[in-house]
Amino acid sequence: MKKTKVLVGLASCGIAAGANKVYNKLKALQEADKLDIELKITGCIGMCYREPLVEVIDETGSYLYGEINEEKAVEIFDKHLKQSEPVKDYIVKSDLFESKDDSFWDGQVKIALRNCGLIDPENIGEYEEHDGYIAIKKILEGKISQEQVIKTVLDSGIRGRGGGGFPTGMKWRFAYNNKADTKYIICNADEGDPGAFMDRSLLEGDPHAVIEGLIIGSYAIGASEGVIYCRAEYPLAIKRLNIAIDQAREKGYLGKDILGVKGFNFNLYVKEGAGAFVCGEETALMASIEGERGMPRKRPPFPAEAGLWGKPSNINNVETFANIPYILLNGAESFSKYGTEKSKGTKVFALTGKINHGGSVEVPMGVSIRDIIFKLGGGITDGKKFKAVQLGGPSGGCIPEYLADTIVDYDSVNATGAIMGSGGMVVMDETTCMVDIARFFLDFTCKESCGKCTFCRVGTKRMLEILTRITEGEGKEGDIEKLEELAYQIKDNSLCGLGQTAPNPVLTTIKYFRHEYEAHIKDKKCPALNCKKLLTYTVNPDTCTGCTVCAKNCPTNAIDGARKEIHFIRQDACIQCGMCFSKCKFDAIVLS
Amino acid sequence: MRVKRILQEKEAVIQSSVDLTLIDPLIEKYKNKKGNLIPILQGTQDIYGYLPKETFIKISEQTGLKLSEMYGVATFYTQFRLNPVGKYIVKVCHGTACHVQNATAISEAVEDALGIKDGETTEDRLFTLESVACLGCCSLAPVMMIGDETYAKLTGNKAVKIVKEIKIKESN
Repeated sequence: MKKTKVLVGLASCGIAAGANKVYNKLKALQEADKLDIELKITGCIGMCYREPLVEVIDETGSYLYGEINEEKAVEIFDKHLKQSEPVKDYIVKSDLFESKDDSFWDGQVKIALRNCGLIDPENIGEYEEHDGYIAIKKILEGKISQEQVIKTVLDSGIRGRGGGGFPTGMKWRFAYNNKADTKYIICNADEGDPGAFMDRSLLEGDPHAVIEGLIIGSYAIGASEGVIYCRAEYPLAIKRLNIAIDQAREKGYLGKDILGVKGFNFNLYVKEGAGAFVCGEETALMASIEGERGMPRKRPPFPAEAGLWGKPSNINNVETFANIPYILLNGAESFSKYGTEKSKGTKVFALTGKINHGGSVEVPMGVSIRDIIFKLGGGITDGKKFKAVQLGGPSGGCIPEYLADTIVDYDSVNATGAIMGSGGMVVMDETTCMVDIARFFLDFTCKESCGKCTFCRVGTKRMLEILTRITEGEGKEGDIEKLEELAYQIKDNSLCGLGQTAPNPVLTTIKYFRHEYEAHIKDKKCPALNCKKLLTYTVNPDTCTGCTVCAKNCPTNAIDGARKEIHFIRQDACIQCGMCFSKCKFDAIVLS
Repeated sequence: MRVKRILQEKEAVIQSSVDLTLIDPLIEKYKNKKGNLIPILQGTQDIYGYLPKETFIKISEQTGLKLSEMYGVATFYTQFRLNPVGKYIVKVCHGTACHVQNATAISEAVEDALGIKDGETTEDRLFTLESVACLGCCSLAPVMMIGDETYAKLTGNKAVKIVKEIKIKESN
C-alpha cells in the first residue's frame, strides 16, 4: 500500500490566508497520533480564491480541499486520513467526482507551472523525480551542441514572457555570437507590475525549473556567471531560491565542471532588488546589479554585446526560463503545438480584481480573454457587469468588454493598444472608474520614473495633475486633448520602455471610455460612482434609523437630525469625504 | 568650506548614539567587491532599521565609496529609509488589484486609527505606515503586511482591529 500524501499549499498567498496554521495543526495531529502519512509543503496550487488548500492523495485518488482552517483540518484528519472517508463538503477538486469549481481547470495546460502545487519546492529530489535536471543531463551526455540548443529554443517559437515578446532563441543567438572571456546570464525576477504574481508563484513553487533553465541558457550562450535579480518584496521566493541553489550546487548542477563536463562552469547567485519598478528594464537592472541607481542606459550597445560589467549578457524572464527545460526535454514541437502562428506555447496569467475565481492560470496562447474571465475565472463578483480588463500593468491598457473576444497572443493584444505584459489580468466591473484607473497608473509611473528623460519625468507629472483634476471635478474643456498630446510626446521622447509605455493606460481609456472622461469634465459626474468628489450623498429615509452615527462622524457638521429621527445632509456643507457612508451600519447613505 | 563641513559631521559621529561597530563585519565582507554599494546599504538597514547618517561617513571612509553616490542610491530605491522607523511597519498594498478593491479605504482607516499619514511614524515609535506598490497576493486583495505577516481580504474596520490588537499586546 502506498503511503497517503498530504500536501499543504504554502506559497505567499496561501500563508497570507492562514496555511501555516493549517500545516502546523496537521503536523501536530500527525505526531500525536503517529499516523503513517507523508505530510509535505508545496507551492502555489493556483486556486488562490480557495486558499488555504490541502490536497490528500490516497490509494483511491486525489482530493483537493479548499478554504481550510484549523477546525476543518482536524475534521479532515479525523475522517479522511484516519478513517478513509473524504469530507465531501470541503472538496473543490477531485479526480473521482465533479465539483462546481471544475471550470477553473478546463482548458488549462501546465508547462511553466508543471510542478507548482505538485512538488515540495524545498526538496531537489522531488524536482528530479518529476523529470528535473534531465534536460541538462541529456544535453551534456548527448554532447548536443550550443547551436543545436539555440535552434531548439528558436524552433519552439517561445517569445519573452516578461512582456516584450522578443524571440528567446534570437536573444540567445546574439549573446552566443559575441565572444568574450566572461559572459553573463540574468534572470529578471523583478516582477514590479502591480497586479501580477506569476513569477512569484513560479519561484516559490518550482525554483529548480528556473535554475535548470538558467543552466541550459548558460551552456547555450557560454556564460559562466548567472544572476537572479529578485525583488526584495518576495522574501519567500528569495529564501526558496537560495535553498534550491545550494542543493543544486551540492548535486553538481552548479559550480565547476558541471556533471563532470570539463570546463563547463556556471556560478549562480540571487541579487535582491531594492524597490524600483524601472529595474525591470534590462539595462536599468544591470545598472542596479552594478550597485548604481537603476537608470536605463542607451542602446546600442545592446546587452548581448556589452551588458553587465561591459560583458555580453543575456537576460530573460522567470517564466521564460521555467519553460526551457520542458522544451529541451520534450522537443520544440511539444511547445510549439500550442498557441497561434506567431505566439507559441502557453502563458501564465494572474487573474485578479472583480472576479470570482482569482488565481494563477496557464492557458495556451490563442484562448479568448472572455473565456479566461468567464470560464476559468467564473465571471464577475456579485453578479455585476463586466466593464474592462487591464493587461500589462502600468505599461499596458484597458480592454473593454466589447473587445473581450480578443485572443491572447502578442499581436492581437497589441492591436487593442494594451500589451501582453508579464501576465497580470485585472478584471474591472461597472463600479470601477476608468479615469481613476488611468490616474492610478500614472501616479505609479510618475513615482517610479527614474528621472533621466525630461518627458517621462515631467510629462507624467503633468498628466497626473490633469487626471487628478478631472477626478476631483475640476476638469476643463480641452483636457482630453492635452492628455493625448502629452502622451505622444512622452512616448516619442523617452529612452526606455517605462516612459515609452507609461501613457498607455491613459490612451486606451480615452480610446474606449471617452464618454467617462467627458462625464467627469462636462457633467461633473462619475458614472461608476467611484470618484468621491463627484458624488452626492443623501440619506435614504426608509432605512435610516436615526442612530446619529453619521452626524457624529461628519467632520463639517453637515448632517442634521436628532436621535431616532431621519437625518438630513446639507449639500452646501458636505465636502464629499464619504465618512457617513463608511460609518453607516444600515446602508442608509445613498450615493448618486 | 566643504572640508570643514565634513569635519563637523565627524564630530557628530563621536557623539552619536548609534553603535557603529555593528557594521564592521559588513564592511569587511563587502570591501573591495564590485557592485557592493547596494548590499552594504541593505545590510546596514537590516541592522539599524534605517540608514543613520553616521554610517554613511564610516562606510565611505573605509570602502572608498563616494558619499554622493551612496546618497544617490539610498534615495533612488524605495527600500532605503533615512529616518528611524517604528517597531511595526504597516505596509498597505496599493497594487492594481488592491486599488480596485478599495485599498484607499484601508489606508484611510489605518491613518485615522494611528493618527499618522502615509510614510510617517507614530510618536511612540511603534508603527510606521507605508503604501507599497504590490505585495503579490492579488487574489486576496485588499491586503496589508505587518512584519512578515500578511493580512488578507481586509475592510477598513478589520485593518483597524488588527492594528489595535498589536497596540494592546505591546502595552501589556
